[in-house]
Parts: sequence; structure tokens; C-alpha cells
Amino acid sequence: MKSILKTQLVNKFFHDPNEFHVLKDISIEVDKGELVTLVGKSGCGKSTLLYILSTMDRDYKGDLYLDNELMTHKSIDELAAIRNEKIGFVFQFHYLLQEFSCLKNVMIPALRLGKLSPQEIEAKAYERLKTLGLADQALKNASKLSGGQQQRVAIARALINDPLIIMGDEPTGNLDSKNTAIVFEIFKDLAHNAGQTIIAVTHDEDFAQKSDRIIEMKDGMII
Amino acid sequence: MNINTDIAKTYIFAGKKQTAVAGMGVLLGMAIYIFMNCLMLALDRSSTSVIFKNNAHIRVYKEDKMSKPLVNDSTAKYLIINPKVLPKSNTIINPNQVTETILKNKNVTVVTPQVNSSVFYNNGKSQISGIAVGVKPAEANAMYNINSTIVSGDFKSLTSNPNGIVIGVGISTKMNLVVGNNLNLTSAKGVNRTFKVVGIFRSNVRTLDDSKSYINLASAQQLQKEGALYITDITVNIKNPDDAKAVGDEISQVTGYKAESWQEANNSMVTGNKMRNIVGSLVSSLILLVAGFGIYNILNMTVSQKINDIAILKAMGFRGKDVVRIFVTQALAVGILGVIGGVLLATVLISVLQHVYVGGDIGYFPIEFDGSRFLRGIFFGLIITFFAGYFPARKAAKVDPVEIFRK
Ligand SMILES: Nc1ncnc2c1ncn2[C@@H]1O[C@H](COP(=O)(O)OP(=O)(O)O)[C@@H](O)[C@H]1O
Ligand SMILES: [Mg+2]
Repeated sequence: MKSILKTQLVNKFFHDPNEFHVLKDISIEVDKGELVTLVGKSGCGKSTLLYILSTMDRDYKGDLYLDNELMTHKSIDELAAIRNEKIGFVFQFHYLLQEFSCLKNVMIPALRLGKLSPQEIEAKAYERLKTLGLADQALKNASKLSGGQQQRVAIARALINDPLIIMGDEPTGNLDSKNTAIVFEIFKDLAHNAGQTIIAVTHDEDFAQKSDRIIEMKDGMII
Repeated sequence: MNINTDIAKTYIFAGKKQTAVAGMGVLLGMAIYIFMNCLMLALDRSSTSVIFKNNAHIRVYKEDKMSKPLVNDSTAKYLIINPKVLPKSNTIINPNQVTETILKNKNVTVVTPQVNSSVFYNNGKSQISGIAVGVKPAEANAMYNINSTIVSGDFKSLTSNPNGIVIGVGISTKMNLVVGNNLNLTSAKGVNRTFKVVGIFRSNVRTLDDSKSYINLASAQQLQKEGALYITDITVNIKNPDDAKAVGDEISQVTGYKAESWQEANNSMVTGNKMRNIVGSLVSSLILLVAGFGIYNILNMTVSQKINDIAILKAMGFRGKDVVRIFVTQALAVGILGVIGGVLLATVLISVLQHVYVGGDIGYFPIEFDGSRFLRGIFFGLIITFFAGYFPARKAAKVDPVEIFRK
């Protein structure tokens, strides 16, 4: 299988308030089309690792490859362009822009990318919302939706640019079991049928068990 | 529409009230700025126009010389000297040639000789002291525009009437004189002569109207018991009055006589104007700056409120400069609306006030439309809004999304 994401001996320290070695010699590799979950006790460094994998955190030692390209040492603007095209994000909180319609929220990353015309982007965004069962909510303000619906809009937004990887930090953390199941099915479908890679931090035992691979962390190390 | 602009627009409409308040601030600041600057300009013009009713741009005359000590020895410690004004005559030698020389200067528009004599106006028992100015009527009119201030009679009659006199309206009322009456003048040299009033002027400058009169150059020379070559002053007008100092220096160089600019002659008035302009510019600029703080405040608030949006936008690939654009666009939109409103308000204010009669020496409210003041206001308004937007925008651009997502 094709390797999509790889780290080599990634180490990270926090200096404030005390010197703290939060990630120790992290070397992992994730293949195309995999649905991987990242688990471990609270505070073991899952989120910290995910932010490094996502290229948002540049303050680490070691190497990070995305799509076989070295990310370490790239400039902030270069990384922004790479994230825009290749990575989708889903967080525990939806982070939708409240004043915009669901449709517009989904369109934003594609408008930034600028590869398609606004009309094409709108059609595509609508298509994504439809697959996620939100066709009738498209023109509503994002703030008017339920938590489960908002999280699905956030997923649609993460998908709009057909990213190589979708990263989730406890994407189902705020959802009930029914909505959690829906999100899992979406992820599984994306990985297995669309060939996209999913890396999700989760505390949900069931969610992790159903994934293709579990990466477990303890005290900043992979076990 | 660009996505950055689109987001900026949505934020503006989401915070309509705040935007309106900030825009209102700019509008008022802008209007006050333009209004005050147009007012200062008009006040300047009206005060200089008062000056130019009585002063040429440059006055060329012979400066008094002080006597020099007889011994030029610095080692002599106890030399007693008592410098005095040399009792030389204060006339300009060969005035025609001096006039020719001055006329060669490219900036000069009018050159005319003048003889000032202090006189008493006598009419029956009443006596008023004043100044009779001996002029060449046509040239003097070109210089002071006396014709436009005539309320009775005619300034030009002076040319054809060697015994004619044009007096200030104050003299005419005090002495009960109308055009056609006779008026007796006594000069400081003791010469007595009767003139015929051919015109009365009202300059709206009290001191002039109460004491000044114009007579022919030859009559003034006779009052001084002097001949046709006796000229005390040569007055000069130039293209741009603001250059009077520089042109005066040039004239002084080539003629050897003192050439005093109107600014030097009216030092206290000129400094007063300068003070007023400094204070006015400062106050109006500060008001505009305060309007800028309004925008700054509201944008800072928006940045804090939208910090989650900024974080997710940056995560999704918006660069720092995209974020800067989003917020600067908001500031500029508010600023441009405010500036347009301010220009309109200032226009209305000025057009209304222009037609308000305040009376006195001033007449109509002194304010005028001046394109360059408008442009300067617009320029400063936009610059200030830009920076009022830029600083919060830069703060937004520096938001570290990881820090926000950890919360
Ligand atoms: N900005 C920071 N400065 C110092 N310590 C931090 C900072 N962020 C997180 N930590 C610490 O790093 C450890 C890992 O945090 P995190 O990656 O959020 O854990 P997890 O997501 O696995 O719960 C925790 O002990 C946390 O207290
Ligand atoms: Mg975490």
C-alpha cells in the first residue's frame, strides 16, 4: 500500500511552565485508504501529536512526510496551501462560521483553493451535504442546526477539497451513540470506498475497535 | 467575489450596529476635519485680504541708518558713544530707475511709487489726524483694488482731478462730508491745502476708514514741500503673495533698499494666523484620529469574538495575509462609507454657512470649498482607517490555531 503519512523520530518539548518531554521518538506510518484511530489516556499527547501531523504545529524535532513529501522546515504559507488541498479537519467542536449558511461553510475551503468555479463548488458542496443527509439544511444558518447535524456539516467541509487525509480530534466526542455510529459509517465509507485516509483521536472504545488499526499511546510514546 | 472579501462582508452585516457606530465616528470626524480646514483657509484669506487693502505685498523704502562710533578700536575700553539716526533724507534716490529694476523681476505684477504724509483733516472746527497717501490712481487701484470698496463717487476721478481726494467712510461721517465737498488738509510740514472729495471708500477696516485718504502723488509731494522726485515708498505686488519674503530679498539685493514683505510688516497678525492654523490642524487631525480609534476598537472586538473562526480558517489553509485582508477590508469598508458621508455632510455644512451673514468686518461666514482640503481629509481619513484596521488584523493573523483548539 502507498504510504500517505509518515513520522521519523518525532520529539516535542513544552518549555512552559516546566520543561516537559511530551512526545518521545514517535515513528508511525499510515497508508492510503486506512482508517486509523489514536487512543490513550487523557494527557498522553494524542492531540499534540495530531497537531504536528496536521502541519499546524511546526515546533518539533524529527521528520514528517505527507504524501512522501518532507513537511518539516516548510514555511507557514506553504504549509497553509498544503493543508488547504490535502488535509481535512474535524474537531470535537464543529468550528462552523456562525453567520454563514451550512452550504457556504462547506464551500469556504474550496473557494480558498480556487480550482473550481463558485458554481461548481456550490454544486459539489450541496452534493456533499446531500450524502451526509443534510440537503434540506443547506441554506440554514450553521447556528440553527443540532449538534449532530453541525458535526456532519463540519465533516462535509473537511471533504470538499477531496483531501488525502482527514484528521479528527475526538470527532464524536460531543455526539450521542446514534450520531457517533453515523459518523463512523461515513469515515469507513470514505476510507474503503473513496480511498481517503482517516486518522482520528478517540476515547470511544467501540469506535476504535471497529477501525482498521489502533495506535495506542502512553506518556508520549507509541505502545 | 473573493472569499476574503465575502467573509469580511458577512462580518460587517452581522455586526450592523457596531459598523454603523464606527462609520458614524468616521463620518463626523471627517466632516469636522474638512469643515475646520476650509474654515481656517477662509479665515486666512479674509485676514490677508484685510492686510492687502492697506499693504502691498512688498514695500521698498530707505531704512534709517544709525551713526557709527567714530573710533573703531575694540581695545579702547571707555569710549562713550551715543548712536543716533542719521539725519539723512529717507527718500529713494532715482525712483524711476529703481522701479525699472524691480519690474525686471519675473514675479512682480505691479510696481507703484507712493508718498505717505501724516495730515490733519480740517473741516470748520473739527480736526481729525490721519494719513494721506499719494498715489498714481490707476496703479494704486491695480494694487489695492480700491474701486471695489468705493461707496460713493468714483476713484478714477482722482486721475482727472489734481485736487481730488478719496476719503474713508469714517472721515466722511465724522466730518459730515459728501462727494463734491471741500476738505482742508494740513501736513506735518505745515502746508495747508484744500481738496475736493471725489470719492468715499469703505474697506470695512475701522482704522483705515477713520483715517486714510488717497490723493494724487503730486499733491502729496507738495504737502511735503518736495519735488516730483520725492518718493518715500515704492510698493510692489507679486504673483504669489506667499513668496513675498523671497522676492523681497531679491529686490533688496538689486536695489540696495530695504524691501519689507507684508508678513514682516504685519508680524503679529501673521503669527496669530499661524497659531490658529497650528491649533486648528492639530485639533481636526486629532478628531479624525479619535474616529480611527473607534474602528480600531470595534475591529479588536470582532477579532476576539471571531477567534474560533480565525483558528479554523487558518487550519483550513488561509494564510496570514488572507486574515489581514478579511479585517482590513472591514475597516476600509467602514472607513470609505464614513468618508463619503463625511464629505457629504461637510459639503452641506459649508454650502449652508457660506450664505449666513455674520456682519461686522467679516460679512458672510468665512468658509469656502477647497478641493485640496477635501482631498487631504479623504486621504487622511482613509490612511487612518487603514491603520485602525491593520493593527487588529495583524493580531488576528498571528493567532496560533493550535492554541485555540487546545482550549
Ligand atoms: N501549551 C502547552 N504547554 C505545556 N503543556 C502542555 C501544553 N499543551 C498540552 N500540554 C500538556 O501536554 C500533555 C499532552 O496534552 P494533549 O496532547 O492535549 O493530551 P491528550 O490530547 O492526549 O489528552 C498534557 O500533559 C498537557 O498538560
Ligand atoms: Mg486531546
